Amino acid sequence: MTIAASPLSPSTGTVDTHCPYCALQCGMRMTGTGIQPRDFPTNRGGLCQKGWTASTLLDSPGRLTSPLVRVDGELRPASWDHALDLVANRVIDLQARHGRDAVAVFGGGGLTNEKAYLLGKFARVALGTAQIDYNGRFCMSSAAAAGTRAFGMDRGLPFPVADLRAADAVLLVGGNPAETMPPFVQHLRGAELIVVDPRRSATAELATLHLAPAPGTDLALALGILHAVVADGHLNHDYLTTRTTGFDDVWRVAAAWWPERVERVTGVAAADQRAAAAMLAAAGNAYVLTGRGTEQHARGADTVSAWINLALALGLPGTPGSGFGCLTGQGNGQGGREHGQKADQLPGYRKLDDPAARAHVAAVWGVDPDSLPGPGRSAYELLDSAPKGLLVFGSNVLVSAPHASRIAGRLSEVDLLVVADVVLSETAAVADVVLPVTQWAEEDGTMTNLEGRVLLRRRAVTAPSGVRTDLAVLRGLATRLGQPADRFPDDAERVFDELARASAGGVADYAGISYDRLRDGAALHWPVPSADHPGTPRAFLDGFAFPDGRARFVAVDHSGPAEPPDDEFPLQATTGRVLAHYQSGAQTRLVPELMAAVPEAYVEVHPDTATRAGVADGDLADVTSRRGTVRARVRYVPSIRVDLVFLPFHFPGAARANLLTNPALDPTSRMPEFKVCAVRLEAVT
Amino acid sequence: MRRIVIVGYGMAGARLAEEIRGRDTENGTVTVLGAERHPAYNRILLSSVVGGGMTPEMVRLHDEGWAARHDVDLRLGTTVTGIDRAARTVALDDGSAVDYDALVLATGSRPWLPPTEGLVVDGAPAPGAVAFRTLDDCEQIVAASRPGAPVAVVGGGLLGLEAARGLASRGNLVTVVHPVGHLMERQLDPGAGAVLAARLATLGIEVRLGVKAARFVPGDGLKLDDGTHVAADLVVVSAGVVPETGLARDAGLTVERGVVVDDLLRTDDFRVHAIGDCAQHPGTVAGLVQPAWEQAAVLADLLTGANPAARYRGTPVVTRLKAKDVDLAALGDVHAGLDSAEAEVLCLSDPVGGRYAKLVLRDDRVTGAILLGAPDAAAAITQLYDRGIPAPSDRLALLLGRALPPGASAAHSPADLPAATTVCRCNTVSKSQLVKAWRGGARGVAGLAQATRATTGCGGCRDTVTAFADWLATADEGTA
Repeated sequence: MTIAASPLSPSTGTVDTHCPYCALQCGMRMTGTGIQPRDFPTNRGGLCQKGWTASTLLDSPGRLTSPLVRVDGELRPASWDHALDLVANRVIDLQARHGRDAVAVFGGGGLTNEKAYLLGKFARVALGTAQIDYNGRFCMSSAAAAGTRAFGMDRGLPFPVADLRAADAVLLVGGNPAETMPPFVQHLRGAELIVVDPRRSATAELATLHLAPAPGTDLALALGILHAVVADGHLNHDYLTTRTTGFDDVWRVAAAWWPERVERVTGVAAADQRAAAAMLAAAGNAYVLTGRGTEQHARGADTVSAWINLALALGLPGTPGSGFGCLTGQGNGQGGREHGQKADQLPGYRKLDDPAARAHVAAVWGVDPDSLPGPGRSAYELLDSAPKGLLVFGSNVLVSAPHASRIAGRLSEVDLLVVADVVLSETAAVADVVLPVTQWAEEDGTMTNLEGRVLLRRRAVTAPSGVRTDLAVLRGLATRLGQPADRFPDDAERVFDELARASAGGVADYAGISYDRLRDGAALHWPVPSADHPGTPRAFLDGFAFPDGRARFVAVDHSGPAEPPDDEFPLQATTGRVLAHYQSGAQTRLVPELMAAVPEAYVEVHPDTATRAGVADGDLADVTSRRGTVRARVRYVPSIRVDLVFLPFHFPGAARANLLTNPALDPTSRMPEFKVCAVRLEAVT
Repeated sequence: MRRIVIVGYGMAGARLAEEIRGRDTENGTVTVLGAERHPAYNRILLSSVVGGGMTPEMVRLHDEGWAARHDVDLRLGTTVTGIDRAARTVALDDGSAVDYDALVLATGSRPWLPPTEGLVVDGAPAPGAVAFRTLDDCEQIVAASRPGAPVAVVGGGLLGLEAARGLASRGNLVTVVHPVGHLMERQLDPGAGAVLAARLATLGIEVRLGVKAARFVPGDGLKLDDGTHVAADLVVVSAGVVPETGLARDAGLTVERGVVVDDLLRTDDFRVHAIGDCAQHPGTVAGLVQPAWEQAAVLADLLTGANPAARYRGTPVVTRLKAKDVDLAALGDVHAGLDSAEAEVLCLSDPVGGRYAKLVLRDDRVTGAILLGAPDAAAAITQLYDRGIPAPSDRLALLLGRALPPGASAAHSPADLPAATTVCRCNTVSKSQLVKAWRGGARGVAGLAQATRATTGCGGCRDTVTAFADWLATADEGTA
């Protein structure tokens, strides 16, 4: 569909598309910039306030419409040629002086598959740098690592979301969809719901059973429930024998975690642990689902493994009507981790250190496999290494990275910081060059939603003049860096076709997916190895993705949070989302209706704890960790633990929750410990 | 090469070997000398074996290959006969000796057998009687207790009651004989003990208090010192334990009730350590696994050099009865009376409901509690006690368990809600917005949804919005 139109004018006609925010990718219909919900399996005609107001950002006054270049300390409008020439020349100069790896790339889980793919190719071919990672490292990496080692394949939900509607019981661990992806809650209505969350969240309010472990003790809780499964006779022996390996080693660990011992560590009543085990065992159809609350820890991968172990002991994964899954967060959090913007991966979820994978992808790219760099640093380590040059696409790391003040300091040491974004995010505001790019409704592209289904998001309106697609930006830079133009197409469909070839034979195989099939309305869940393949809505039914077809138990033990509370920092802080905002808030803070709903940062505190600190409901208070202080408005929450405070992470400046968070990294996934750190609460003096 | 020798392959000794190898796999030899023929097993789970929920195989701490995989020289069925501290060797019952640089006594404890006539033969329980201490004991109990048979348990402490509950689960008729006036007198006050006894009665366990077993007649049962008789095919003795301190005593180390150790878990010979039930540290009481495991972690830090600053400062004791359908936790100072001058004491007794809750606070901190039949409160109060967190000001809510936010109640009429109440969370729609939309002409759920987007997210507020539509219609008629 080609639309000849003046800048900012909407196209005529109606386009079926998907919401620009979370991984639920709710179906919506756009007429001009008007939005109506659409009946799509994930949202069934529902939209939350973010979705309803999504088009506000298309013509927001906060929208960037010209490249900006820093001159005499100020960002000033510049031409595209000037901005791109400047970036390319500086990159060439920095790499000549400091080596290829001196220039790094940071991507995002909101980028389309095409962008994520081309960004990875750009880094490894045009820049020749090993240093590329993305904000999905802060999001799905623990779930991905655990899923891969248990099942041989990481697909967030290995079943369609709608399957949950037939569930009898669902154990939802560290997820708060009533806040983060509201229309999803419809799918949980039929089941007995067990929610694990230290807070009495909006989702916990819907639960039959709410288990509230002390922050950082989820792994112990999983072991306690597993112990109860075994002790109370709920173990699925047939499934263990025929479909898994490694249970004995897992039991040796879980045997030492009888529910009463677990109660002492977690604060979850032993009786509730047994009740959870019994509810899951009694259910004909049962699911275990994890979210960021249990994953964003310095032992996040092991914690997810512990939940997978529980699901395996009950015989759920790969069983019709039951399963294990994780709820992907960002819009393209699934596809974004499959196609090469991850530090250690190539397209198709291939491993960068696998010679066969390198040879396959290099052949598609028309380059020598030996020219491809090896694995690079993980997200936090990459930012903390203060590269000489840093190109950021679709991420606002100044707000979203842990230990934000340290990252701000490191970014200030970067010689060339380039940010491509829709709006002037906090990170863009400190950049040397800002490149304004198109957003969801202004471009074609595919997204892979939380159930591994590939969706085509078509252009519905014309972009403002002055902005370019990310693909065009990459092409412009690549050609200036000496790459042949046809190696970096800027047509989304062409890029997708190349991605499909690059992914062929990989774990996340898109070879059989095409824009034509998607335009025809095919529901394609990967892997789709050939054009006549119907897709794989339900993975693992015939076997897990290992040569022996068996899922692997992984023996993991509890060790507790990286930073326990002490006399100086006696409380624990955890962070999370609110319904009205998305990620760093760079987009949603520009939507007046959403700002009216939640205008500023706040801190949830038990009234007793607030009183002890001398702060009242509605006061501003300081929350301080070893790494910094956040100023936020106090909200009394009588249901929260007296030793816990909660802060949403969508707000900038002195209200950044990530000024507090602990960058202790998971040894496997390199996930930072976002979800728990030691703090104190004080009145503002 | 540093040579570490551990005497005892029970829960403490096995854990220590694991902790050492978890820190250091190369810089020393680890020898474990175990007297029992069994590999190490989890003693805590023995009541599950008696109850039938677990097999002996399931409670083993290590598999066959564990010692080899972790380069541990494990010798089962090996009894240590003496320690030569000058030569730094331990002598074994086969006449050989093992050299050490560091020696750890993890010899545990043995059952104390009361002076009941006929109960003890050659220092061991007579045929028809069995202690409840080892896996062998459990197998013996399981073999000897056919369903429906009467069984007597001597000792109404923690382990005795867990055994009693396990036996009742198997279908035995169980009588607990306890010499003191109430059950678990170390951990409970008399009121709690009474409610516990009543609770056990509902599970088919009879409790005889304040009486001693005077005579045991195999196959017949127990004659008590008040002249009454308890019929029993089997007598299970769980009347307490005695630390195994013979080796330490013979070696000239200081022994009181147990082998005396300091915060580095050293005896008065700095090369000889003791952990677990055989050790006596001022910060804890013996007989529980948690202190033993914490001691093992500290000692492993010290012996491997992983953390030379590690110290064991004691373990706050939380007693948790593991018995199906009896939820009991006790911690700290439970004996303070309601009239105590220096402590704040709350107590609720519900004998009919089988519930008893007592809370002792000093300076706003929990210092003691008994929670019977109050699992939520037990979990929350234990956390406050362990973490030293100031207790919530609503003491009653704390005592009763899951505290609900004030004002939380099920059904509100739309008329009663404040105008600012959020009705639809997904789209941040308040009562006042719904009213405003109505005034603007929106009718019915569909009309209100169209005007405000209420119900268009997850749909969870549909019933509420329907109630609003009805209420607004009625209110409209009323004012017309």
